[in-house]
Amino acid sequence: MITLTLVEQPAVPLEAEVVRPDVVAGLSAEAIRALPVFLGRRQRRLDDFFRVEGDGGDEIEVRGDAGRVKWIGRGMTRGRIVVRGNAGMHLGAHMAGGAIEVLGDASDWVGAEMSGGLIRVQGSVGGQAGAAYRGSASGMRDGTILIGGSAGLEVGMRMKRGTIVVAGRVRDFAGLQMKGGTLVLGGGAELRTGAWMLRGTIISLHPIPLLPTFAYACRYVPTFVRLYARHLQALGFGLPADEADGAYRRYTGDSSVPGRGEILVWSPRGD
Amino acid sequence: MGTERRGVRIADTFAEAFDMRAARVVITAATPAWARTAALSMTGFATSVIGCKVEAGIETELSPADTPDGRPGISVLLFGVNTEQLGKQLVDRIGQSVLTCATTACFDGLPSAPGRVAVGGLLRHFGDRLQSSKFLEGRRYWRIPVMDGEFLVEETFGVQDAIGGGNLLILGRDAEVALAAAEAAVDAMRQVRGLILPFPGGIVRAGSKVGAERYQHMTASTNDPYCPTVRGRHDVTTALPEGVNAVLEIVVDGLDRAAIEQGLRVGIDAACRPGVVEITAGNYGGRLGRHQFRLHGLLDV
Repeated sequence: MITLTLVEQPAVPLEAEVVRPDVVAGLSAEAIRALPVFLGRRQRRLDDFFRVEGDGGDEIEVRGDAGRVKWIGRGMTRGRIVVRGNAGMHLGAHMAGGAIEVLGDASDWVGAEMSGGLIRVQGSVGGQAGAAYRGSASGMRDGTILIGGSAGLEVGMRMKRGTIVVAGRVRDFAGLQMKGGTLVLGGGAELRTGAWMLRGTIISLHPIPLLPTFAYACRYVPTFVRLYARHLQALGFGLPADEADGAYRRYTGDSSVPGRGEILVWSPRGD
Repeated sequence: MGTERRGVRIADTFAEAFDMRAARVVITAATPAWARTAALSMTGFATSVIGCKVEAGIETELSPADTPDGRPGISVLLFGVNTEQLGKQLVDRIGQSVLTCATTACFDGLPSAPGRVAVGGLLRHFGDRLQSSKFLEGRRYWRIPVMDGEFLVEETFGVQDAIGGGNLLILGRDAEVALAAAEAAVDAMRQVRGLILPFPGGIVRAGSKVGAERYQHMTASTNDPYCPTVRGRHDVTTALPEGVNAVLEIVVDGLDRAAIEQGLRVGIDAACRPGVVEITAGNYGGRLGRHQFRLHGLLDV
């Protein structure tokens, strides 16, 4: 395992996409220290900001407040990164495999356009988690993002596959132009959830304001939700799927597109 | 020449079996009863590939903890002569017997099998473009709208090499004894995972031989050497020892050789009851299939 301890807080965001197992695996400590990072337009060495300990392996631990360190785990395909603190923008963007765990918060674009692997943020994240970059056709294509706190705007924008779970509340436009995949909102959402949604599933465990372009269909417990409940249970997130406890109210839309997506809103028994 | 177990002679012969292709279907439902209803319907008229194009049966019941969706389930095994024919049977039988059965869902029970056949990927057309799919952990599931909600079925099912046609012949003093022994054997063999007994109640009374002596158009006909009512005819060479008045056969299909061996082993042991004269097995001198299960070898004689 290699440990990177932040010893100098960058004055502006530091771009450190070399912080991923694919790059450091097999490198000596000296080679890792010399890896390039970018502070604005200036190229610097990794050890200008981090104390590097250990030899390169498939596991990286980042210590300190890396809230200004961007692109950690970008495009990684294997291994594991643990951030013992906060993480900056674009954490795990384009990643295809492996796992990232952040014990603090993360900024915008967590797992943007990722195609595999697992990202778990214990705290809150900014906007556009799992989303498509501006001008890009599709966001997240597979994999799982678990967020323990809240999330910002446009979570899951244009996502095509995969699963995003936000235990807390999300802001506006969750699932904007969603094309597929599953977005679970444990703490509800603000406005315009599922706007221009084409396909995919948004599951909300709390009542949320719905656009008038979503039509009520029925109240039931879809069988596929049971699969997700089992899958997420193994990751530590509970998704209700027992008729004894309640059912989901299904809404289809967004008919303004027109889309064939769905929003499932959990309705406890007796509501 | 033979040996004995609890007074029952075990013939020094072998059961002959042949290569097949197999699939495992996991059916879940709101209750164990509805899962069983679907499984029974799906495995109906599936006793022999000769007449039914597929051999199928219930492998075991599954607790909610052992099913993909956490509901009660049943595991069904299907055996066909080749992948193409098996795939067609899967689509037909899941489409007619599981999709139509209240509350059910249907999952692949051989996810790591190298061969794949499309099932949900074809059945989805029943949804008339109102269907949708979910992709989770590398597996695609189709959600087909039906009148009680949705039918969930996996896109593809695994198909693997298997062995069919293993068998036991239980030769009894009378029909009552032979049936009781066969029932005991079936009860024991059904505890073994990875195999099915495709005939009604796990037992077949109409054992067959390849072709026919007197009808050219028949691909199979009655196994007259083991039919007690024609013993003594000049044109029948009986295989029945003296004192045998009824024979019942148990046919077993398995996912691998080990499953069939274990099934035959416990079946023979359970069938060794008073009144059973001999336990033997059917073979065609090695001409039908490449798998041979020597009865003495199974019993470590």
